[in-house]
Amino acid sequence: MAHFQKKRGKTTPAISTASLPDIIFMLLFFFMVTTVLRTATLKIQVITPTATELTKLVKKSLVNYIYIGYPLKPYQKELGTKPRIQLGDKIADVRDIPLFLEQHKAKVPEKLHPRITTSLRVHKDVTMGIVYDVKTALRKANQLKVNYSAKKKAENQ
Amino acid sequence: MARRSTREKLSQEINAGSMADIAFLLLIFFLVTTTIAEDKGVLVKLPPWVEEEQPEQIIKERNVLTVLINAQNQLLVEGEEMDIDDLREAVKLFIKNPDNDPNKAEKPTKAIVSLQNDRGTKYEIYLQVYNELKAAYRELWEEEAMRLFGKPYDALNKDQQRKVRNNFPLVISEADPTEFGEE
Repeated sequence: MAHFQKKRGKTTPAISTASLPDIIFMLLFFFMVTTVLRTATLKIQVITPTATELTKLVKKSLVNYIYIGYPLKPYQKELGTKPRIQLGDKIADVRDIPLFLEQHKAKVPEKLHPRITTSLRVHKDVTMGIVYDVKTALRKANQLKVNYSAKKKAENQ
Repeated sequence: MARRSTREKLSQEINAGSMADIAFLLLIFFLVTTTIAEDKGVLVKLPPWVEEEQPEQIIKERNVLTVLINAQNQLLVEGEEMDIDDLREAVKLFIKNPDNDPNKAEKPTKAIVSLQNDRGTKYEIYLQVYNELKAAYRELWEEEAMRLFGKPYDALNKDQQRKVRNNFPLVISEADPTEFGEE
């Protein structure tokens, strides 16, 4: 009744690599979706604090970033060790903020201007003095939507 | 030259062996040039800047919850020292005022939280306090949403959310920091 198949040759067939591109593409898409292009090389160290009441910033093009932190080791000679402000790629001063905001505004369509958010990425050990100065500059420039960048805190309940 | 059979001609395919290499190249490019997005944070609306001094609004003292953080990162609520962990409950109690305490807010709609810090206050502590204040309101909204609509706040539509928020308006007024402890 049963009809036994003939035994194949002893050599094992090569593993098919046809699905490899698909796997790699999947990985590729994953990284493309979950990542943003690096916008600026930081000359200062910024470790954001943790918080629980977080809001996600959705539209990247409507966000400008202001960094406040301590200069990194290689830059400490020229920048000192006091907290500094970085706008985009450059170390800057509070006085440079209005211009920076205008430059960003110019890239955004007129009707989306009210939705522009400033993300303040501030090192957790920085004191409020410099943060307040930046806040005042933002208020004077009428940029009132601000997001204090923070990491998610694991709540222990 | 050997002639190919028709069958062989039909089964000829584009060689996809190098596809993996191309994909790998792209993958590595993205790996190197990108950072994982962590664009999350505490959203705040700053008050608009006004040049001249605003005429002082008359607000009853009992409606204002004064929260102070000094340069030593100590928290002072209504003149009394407090732990950050207790702040959330204290704020909720102040706003709701279930026992009609004459030192707490008359109505939730009249309650104002006044936040003041020194220039020497650590940013981390400031954000923690701000976070607690927001969390207190968030919990109040959650309770109100349950009471009015029987649904969690996030499940409500825009109008319902506004209604809930209007019953417990989030008013955090930030005073100018004092000059203490500047780095």
